[in-house]
Amino acid sequence: MNPPRAAGPTLAQSLFRGRLNTALTLLVGGLLLWFLIQFVPWAIGHAVWSADLQACREARGQGACWGVVSEKWRLILFGRYPFEELWRPVVACLLMVAAVLAIARREWWKPWVFVSALFAIVFSVLLMLGGFAGLSEVPTERLGGLSLTLLLAIIGNIASLPLAVALALGRSSDLPLVRAVCTTFVEVVRGVPLVTVLFMASFMFPLFLPSGMNPDVLLRVGVGLTLFSAAYQAEVIRGGINSVPRGQIEAAQSLGMGYWLTQTKVVLPQAFRVVVPPLVNSFIALFKDTSLVTIVSLFELFGSLRLALADPEWRPFYVEGFLFVALVYWVFCSAMSRYARGLERDFASARR
Amino acid sequence: MTLSLTNPKFRARLWQGLLVVVLLVCLWLLVANLQKNLAARGVELGFGFLSGPAGFDIAERLIAYSAESSYWMAYAVGILNTLRVAILGVLIATGLGLFVAIGALSINPLVAWLCRTYVEVLRNVPLLLQLFFWYLSLAALLPENDAPLTLLPGVFLSKGGLSFPWWVDGLWEVPELGPFGMVGGAAISPEFLALLGGLSIYTSAFIAEVIRAGILSVPKGQSEAAKALGFSGWQQLRLIILPQAMRVIVPPMTNQYLNLTKNSSLAVAIGYPELVSVATTTLNQTGHAVEAISLLMLVYLTLSLLTSWLMARFERASRLKERT
Repeated sequence: MNPPRAAGPTLAQSLFRGRLNTALTLLVGGLLLWFLIQFVPWAIGHAVWSADLQACREARGQGACWGVVSEKWRLILFGRYPFEELWRPVVACLLMVAAVLAIARREWWKPWVFVSALFAIVFSVLLMLGGFAGLSEVPTERLGGLSLTLLLAIIGNIASLPLAVALALGRSSDLPLVRAVCTTFVEVVRGVPLVTVLFMASFMFPLFLPSGMNPDVLLRVGVGLTLFSAAYQAEVIRGGINSVPRGQIEAAQSLGMGYWLTQTKVVLPQAFRVVVPPLVNSFIALFKDTSLVTIVSLFELFGSLRLALADPEWRPFYVEGFLFVALVYWVFCSAMSRYARGLERDFASARR
Repeated sequence: MTLSLTNPKFRARLWQGLLVVVLLVCLWLLVANLQKNLAARGVELGFGFLSGPAGFDIAERLIAYSAESSYWMAYAVGILNTLRVAILGVLIATGLGLFVAIGALSINPLVAWLCRTYVEVLRNVPLLLQLFFWYLSLAALLPENDAPLTLLPGVFLSKGGLSFPWWVDGLWEVPELGPFGMVGGAAISPEFLALLGGLSIYTSAFIAEVIRAGILSVPKGQSEAAKALGFSGWQQLRLIILPQAMRVIVPPMTNQYLNLTKNSSLAVAIGYPELVSVATTTLNQTGHAVEAISLLMLVYLTLSLLTSWLMARFERASRLKERT
């Protein structure tokens, strides 16, 4: 039986005990109240919901103009994808989200689920690009918006995993040369900002390829993102590998298991649990970082918002556009970080 | 040494030898391609072009620079601009983060909720979006150049930025309203203000989490003991808890400082002339993509390694001194 908990302070006590505390309560409470009184009528009461420019101009200062979202949602969510083919990015996005949700369920952590999720993701990318089975080919510069953000974040994170595992194993290897190569790669990539990696992908990669071979900018940026996230994931995975007790490896060796057998059957499976929550965190970081690809002119979620606001008529209502896009990012990121925290808690209590 | 695959020593050498051969072949292929491509474009590899005149002006600079100065000088101006925003950003973000962390642990539920919401909102929205938001808001809200807002006597805020008195050529100069805006003294551009504010606020949310975790890592008995000895709340925090929390805080804090420095590269999108924007201008003018980008990466790498080294020294100094 648990010992009885000491009674904490009541709500009134925690709000109004002590002079400083009371002053803080009044200050913060007053500010919040003022904010609500200002914000709620602006965002809801006097807001214009339809894409009516005239009404928006009249409501300026008193009400929000969500019309900018009703007018530009297609651009913001799906970029300049051809209108009659819009079902393709819609299906692809739903499929990608479903695949990620399936991977996230712990009861479903089985090889066949992973493999089918991988197939679903590859299929949704192909669906968006087209060029097979009677689907018209869509040039990559027409891809954009949320669909491009999801595509880049998911591909960048999944394609990098094998490389990350290899780098992590290499960095904790006994072979000095292998260790040096992996350490150098990881430290160099982690030492420079993503912007420089993206510049490298868009300006330098073509110079290093045989002449005549000029891969699409989407592919180049995808490779850049993959290499970048591999370096960060490698460090996370190395942390997991290091957390496996030394005795486990010694036990495997005394059973006569070689290096690869020890790693794949003993070390990596045990590292997996420790590694998942921080890997989700690195996924979140990359999800947010995909917004940087707008600097090398790929218009993902934030980039296509800027495209939408390049329209001088809707430009004055940038606050509403920004709030909408920020909300989309926030929903995705905070859902993932909640998931990571939940996993961490469960694993911690399972270990006890 | 027996040359057999069952000999672990031989196997280790074989693997490493293979790795080196593969890497060298890849490198050779890449360099060969590079030479062919550069020859086709008529560009010569080398850093010699950096001594030539840059030909572009940089509005914000901490050292003497004009369009006739060399590309080297342009890079130096860019590096100093990066350092300026990074150092100020680190200071502001740490102060803000400490404030928010203490607030999030407050017994006052209203204050704690506000601080946790601050962290949750700022961490989950991309920095680039936040930077643009601050930049556009500043551009929209600041008063016109010819009608500046007087914050303090001699300190003015307008679309031209923040003007304040400063030494110009050894003389103390107070800015005045000229025909096209403020003249004299020193000025900070709106781009810099937006970048500094955006970076500091974004990073402060991460720093708040780091400090909060550090404070929570100190056993409760420590603050109870301090309380029993008659320490006030602030004294407990300053003398007992924070010094012990520092050991947990320093390594992740280093990461956050490095992130802030690297994130300052996003300034290229809002037009503050820091290192990346100098490098891209150089690249566009000269076509020396390989050199411009390698130099850029080298500078960031040096900054990162330097910071890690400094923080490692600090960490050694703040490590728990145990009885030997």
